[in-house]
Amino acid sequence: MTMNSVGRPTAPETAAAAPIGTFTGNRGLAVEEPLLFEIGRHDVTGVDLDEPGRFAPRLGAHMRRAPIDLPGLSEPEAVRHYVRLSQKNYAIDSGLYPLGSCTMKHNPRLNEKMARLPGIADIHPLQPLSTVSGAVELMAELGRWLLEMTGMRAVALSPKAGAHGELCGMMAIKAAVEARGEARPIVLVPESAHGTNPATAALLGFRVVPVPARADGTVDPEAVRKLLSPQVAAIMLTNPNTCGLFERDVVEIARAVHEAGAYFYCDGANFNAIVGKAKVGELGVDAMHINLHKTFSTPHGGGGPGAGPVVLSHRLAAFAPLPFVRMEAEGPRLVESEAELAEGETPFGRMVAFHGQMGMYVRALAYMLSHGADGLKQASEDAVLNANYVRAGLRDLFSQPFGDRPCMHEVLFDDSFLDGTGVTTLDFAKAMIDEGYHPMTMYFPLVVHGAMLIEPTESESKASLDLFVATLRDLAMRARAGETDRFKAAPRYAPRRRLDETRAARTPKLKWEPPAPFEQAAE
Amino acid sequence: MSKRYTKDHEWIEIAGDEAVFGISHYAQEQLGDVVFVELPEVGKTLEKGGEAAVVESVKAASEVYAPVSGTVTAVNEALVDNPGKVNEAPEGEGWFAKIALSDPSELDGLMDEAAYKAFVETL
Amino acid sequence: MRYLPHSEADRQAMLRAIGVGAIDDLFLDIPEPLRVGALDLPRRAGELSVERTIGRMAAKNVAAGSVPFFVGAGAYRHHVPASVDHLIQRSEFLTSYTPYQPEITQGTLQVLFEFQTQVAHLTGMEVANASMYDGSTATAEAVLMAHRVTRRKKAVLSGGLHPHYRAVVEGLSKLASDTVAALPPDPAGTEDILAAIDAETSCVVVQSPSVYGQLIDLAPIAQKAHAVGALLVAVFTEVVSLGLVEPPGAQGADIVVGEGQGLGNALSFGGPYVGLFATRAKYVRQMPGRLCGETVDADGRRGFVLTLSTREQHIRRDKATSNICTNSGLCALAFSIHTTLLGETGLARLARINHMNAVALAESLSELAGVSVLNDSFFNEFTLRVPGDAASVVEALAERGVLGGVPVSRLEPGRPELADLILVASTEINTDEDRAAYAAALAEVL
Repeated sequence: MTMNSVGRPTAPETAAAAPIGTFTGNRGLAVEEPLLFEIGRHDVTGVDLDEPGRFAPRLGAHMRRAPIDLPGLSEPEAVRHYVRLSQKNYAIDSGLYPLGSCTMKHNPRLNEKMARLPGIADIHPLQPLSTVSGAVELMAELGRWLLEMTGMRAVALSPKAGAHGELCGMMAIKAAVEARGEARPIVLVPESAHGTNPATAALLGFRVVPVPARADGTVDPEAVRKLLSPQVAAIMLTNPNTCGLFERDVVEIARAVHEAGAYFYCDGANFNAIVGKAKVGELGVDAMHINLHKTFSTPHGGGGPGAGPVVLSHRLAAFAPLPFVRMEAEGPRLVESEAELAEGETPFGRMVAFHGQMGMYVRALAYMLSHGADGLKQASEDAVLNANYVRAGLRDLFSQPFGDRPCMHEVLFDDSFLDGTGVTTLDFAKAMIDEGYHPMTMYFPLVVHGAMLIEPTESESKASLDLFVATLRDLAMRARAGETDRFKAAPRYAPRRRLDETRAARTPKLKWEPPAPFEQAAE
Repeated sequence: MSKRYTKDHEWIEIAGDEAVFGISHYAQEQLGDVVFVELPEVGKTLEKGGEAAVVESVKAASEVYAPVSGTVTAVNEALVDNPGKVNEAPEGEGWFAKIALSDPSELDGLMDEAAYKAFVETL
Repeated sequence: MRYLPHSEADRQAMLRAIGVGAIDDLFLDIPEPLRVGALDLPRRAGELSVERTIGRMAAKNVAAGSVPFFVGAGAYRHHVPASVDHLIQRSEFLTSYTPYQPEITQGTLQVLFEFQTQVAHLTGMEVANASMYDGSTATAEAVLMAHRVTRRKKAVLSGGLHPHYRAVVEGLSKLASDTVAALPPDPAGTEDILAAIDAETSCVVVQSPSVYGQLIDLAPIAQKAHAVGALLVAVFTEVVSLGLVEPPGAQGADIVVGEGQGLGNALSFGGPYVGLFATRAKYVRQMPGRLCGETVDADGRRGFVLTLSTREQHIRRDKATSNICTNSGLCALAFSIHTTLLGETGLARLARINHMNAVALAESLSELAGVSVLNDSFFNEFTLRVPGDAASVVEALAERGVLGGVPVSRLEPGRPELADLILVASTEINTDEDRAAYAAALAEVL
């Protein structure tokens, strides 16, 4: 027989594996990555360009005098730098991302492919309109879908994010109030609202008056009625609200608001729960922004870009900002300036340069076309089903602030189930990281103590939810069993342990500075 | 006279014809690590209950209200570089500002130390 | 439906676990008469079908890369290295949320820290934020910030500011009860902006290169502004210019804002882009938008977090510096990767090539009878005066397969004195053949 043994063991040795320090600080696949400014060099470039020949510049006296101080990397170095950095991120592609109110659902790759078609990605916003008829058609088609889903009259596509859409909707309301020759300085905002609502109202010079929530977490029409007056311009209501509940008296609230001569702004952050189930136009809403990056799944990209088109009722349609798409006999037309306005069009101004987020429009439209009317409705139903399934799996161990009742697309718990354990909502969330999960939204909405807001989205399978529920149950039982250290020291298995935010804020270090010379450092 | 307190957790102490004020030990505990303090300008007129300063922790920003009316005569510049003093010695080195009182009778409406202590226990 | 994992059996089992009989039992809070029967929209579609539908629309557009292309006016076509798009499509960048849990988002956070540093260096400023929506909204935010810093409410806008930017500033300022004094359009950069700055001015907003391509000397404007206690807000729409021209920070600007699209990001019909925002360190707490800062973790290792967030809406609510929530994270990443690949050497060279191409084009076009270049200094874009109506000329050029620029009348309608002007840009993408095609087509059209 032929012997070819080199004596290499083929099953692991049984030596105890206590944690060890490594020379590099790396931990296997978890590699430490220096800052670009520590590895880059000023004379290295990853882009080959021919040095231009001699020519007579026409810069006048405006030539740059000092170097920029921009280190460069060759392509292999750059690829490695950014790939290693990417590996320090949690992402929806790698796991359940239950951030309530943020809607981290699957991002279909077809949408990325569509956004990169040369006829979409490589067209300029100001090239002749005769060369971009397909782009205008795409905007019109997106608008048609949004209006059919919401039952509204007009759409302003251009806002660049949810908060920007809020600004747009509230600017339309302010313009409408002024057009009636009125001054209404107050905006009503429920206490459970996203912070952007009061910030937006204040930015426009409105005074914010909070609306208290009733014991069941929803807004009481009587409470609204009491606050309404000829001084009130609008109410900003989120529906479904940030507690994950549908405002069941929304129609009555809308009626009261309209009777008082005010407008109803709906924060559409949670529209994904009701697409195909209810039309906000029929609920009495006058303006609502739609986060394309939430409901229609354009990727969040580590914090943007988003897109926040605003749908408007007949009361506000005339005030939609420039540019907008007008349907004409020959087809859709992009109206860019006041010189092109028709009778009855009184835009309040312009939100952005150019025409808004085409790259997001096309992704959202691809998402809508893929789902269709039936798929959109199914997605809403599955999102609500999943949230309630999580609720059902946890309701005996976790505490629901508004009682055991069905929720919409997200389920809210408070921290009373942790009373006496010494474990806080923050500790609990950080322990989830060690279990391989991104934490849920914490401490929001503000109306609930130690809030934990879980939005699983429709992208999660039953098996995925079963493991998630089992994990949270296990953690809750460990908290109650007094395993406090597990929580206080968490996370242990992340690229970083808890970070010192106090230090970051007390002595802000917001950009890289070269290290002090050795003599100084030694002092 | 000894320290007086407001229900919004400011303290004030008379020293000569000036008064010095800041936030209470309880308040700094609730805020957590203070990272920034925005102080009023010297010479500014404050109204009792009006905004006098802003104190920020990592997660919250809170207004500090004037315990009584008056004109600001000095501010604690040391807090600009070392806001942590508000945590270390809230009712001492972590003072916010000094004011010349415009209506000393306003002090009568404030709590003394024992009353404030009792008040905090109800929270 | 390919994106929805549940089988019908899964759904039934889950409904049983929840304790309800049917899915509609979870929607009981929606009043019965308001529940939607069916949407008047098509049914679901497979990938192939969606590709056909959107592909048909895309095919009706003329892609910039398919023709001699000279359109700028705030958005610029540059060559983006292939690795940029590859890297930004990494799942962990593309499908991550805002880095609110720093322990598991150090990748995004370190990128933002590097981005902030790059922007600060490019603009010559001390601090930069983690990006805004785009250049126009960054400009409007800068005006509001100047109001907070100076406690004055009057902004003076140069006539060289992009008209869309002006409209965005005016809209927001008006609603916030600020006043805006906008100077008339200034193609050649000859306005007397110093005369418009007075003791009520909160800021003066000047774009360089201007929308007309003209390079503006910012230093005297900064001097005058500072003398009366106002701020200089410097704006740029072509970030590549900073590779060659003196940065606003070196000329005394207090806030520098601009459009970062030109590095790393596609034209995409106007968005998504990335707004750059930089200022002096002493104003950092008045700055809008997210900021990333360096700190250490529990083991003393360097790490990054979002910081100074008490300025922001989710904490300060109605007292926030801005209502901005989302920034432009992925576009900032693309910007940062492209800038890293270029480095000092590459960016300077890229900028020189842009300038050289624009100079060559300006010289060749101005040889045509009746055609002249208005600007005495420019970077990669200039204003061309043509005999006759510029909009018709641009349209006629398009018919001949040349996208020759933006007629000023499209940005400033109703101003007959500007009707014969075209904004013309040339970047590294243009070849000698492109320029020759432009000159030939223009000669034909005129």
